[in-house]
Amino acid sequence: MASRPEVVAPPEIFYDDAEARKYTSSSRIVQIQATLSERALELLALPDDSVPKLLLDIGCGSGLSGETLSENGHHWIGLDISASMLNVAVEREVEGDLLLGDMGQGLGIRPGVIDGAISISAVQWLCNADKSSHNPRLRLKAFFTSLYKCLSNGARAVFQVYPENIDQRELILNAAMHAGFAGGIVVDFPHSSKKRKEFLVLTCGQRSVNVSISKGKNEDRESCSDEDSEDEEKQTVCISDRHRPRKKQKNNKSGKGKEWLLRKKEQMRRRGNVVPPNTKYTGRKRKDRF
Amino acid sequence: MRLITHNMLSSNIKGVVNGFPLRIEAEKVVEKTVEMNGEFLKKMFEKIDWKAFVDASRAMGYTELPEEADSSMLDSDEFLNRFHHALLELHLEEGVLVCPETGRRFPVSKGIPNMLLHEDEV
Repeated sequence: MASRPEVVAPPEIFYDDAEARKYTSSSRIVQIQATLSERALELLALPDDSVPKLLLDIGCGSGLSGETLSENGHHWIGLDISASMLNVAVEREVEGDLLLGDMGQGLGIRPGVIDGAISISAVQWLCNADKSSHNPRLRLKAFFTSLYKCLSNGARAVFQVYPENIDQRELILNAAMHAGFAGGIVVDFPHSSKKRKEFLVLTCGQRSVNVSISKGKNEDRESCSDEDSEDEEKQTVCISDRHRPRKKQKNNKSGKGKEWLLRKKEQMRRRGNVVPPNTKYTGRKRKDRF
Repeated sequence: MRLITHNMLSSNIKGVVNGFPLRIEAEKVVEKTVEMNGEFLKKMFEKIDWKAFVDASRAMGYTELPEEADSSMLDSDEFLNRFHHALLELHLEEGVLVCPETGRRFPVSKGIPNMLLHEDEV
């Protein structure tokens, strides 16, 4: 897919029989889905008591992400709007149960029965109005409200999302906060536009307990991570802070110091650029001759 | 669709106050063997709505479950086996789920319930 599928067609039309089969038989996509699912399961931070959990896989598609849940011994219920994708899942004989449904209409699950929820590359579809009756804000609200209801106390939800822009991410996050969730965004590989992955990590209930959310992989020490917060206002400010131009350094020195230079080189190195090694001359001023 | 999933599902139609449990009209039921995990069953026992579960399993043709159940019965292997079989091994392959309040029928095809709502039902 050269472009974003959300702008091509609604998901139940875009993922028709041909596309669903193509998607599932692509070994690269299978690999990506497996990696993202394992990361989501890790962020879910399920208690390590080796008892299987009942998990929800929202936007399960043809069952690629659910397969990771089964391999880890869990029972899962998958929900997707594309009948073609679900038919491929049936052919593949996935172990989880499958539901044909639209998450934007609310989940329709009894309160307090789900131990956790994951979603891989699905929630951002809610930001598109595919029908005249669709209102993205209301659909996100219906989704998160019903999700909050069906999760058990203390359960988590981890969604890997591809937001189109900052506004979309904030729209999704605000809808989650309004529904009562605590949590934020974890970004893996934040400096690589290619490898960057964003996970929405949400916690249900237990507001008094401060739940720590792990840093994204390879995340720069300096960059601002979203932190767990009960206060939506603070959450919004935190998001805005990250995108505001960084304030100029307070030090009165005119030039940038060696420390800045070393940090910059490390940053470039992390992005995969070719960077000269650090030596004792690094950051030294050149002779006046130049 | 397993009965564990049916016990979680409720009707989501606008205006419905209590859309649980959905009534099952089974046309085709399939059995698939699943490895039993006693700890999982005990945990699920606390979450399951037992009456809805019994009614659903009878609608699927399985009548071995007692009308009432309490946690002491979990010590019995026979009960655990029956509970496991009904909860995880019975699959509704073809049929209909009916909303208890509105009578709306959600078709089940190839084991997949179609819970999509029409625009006026959202």
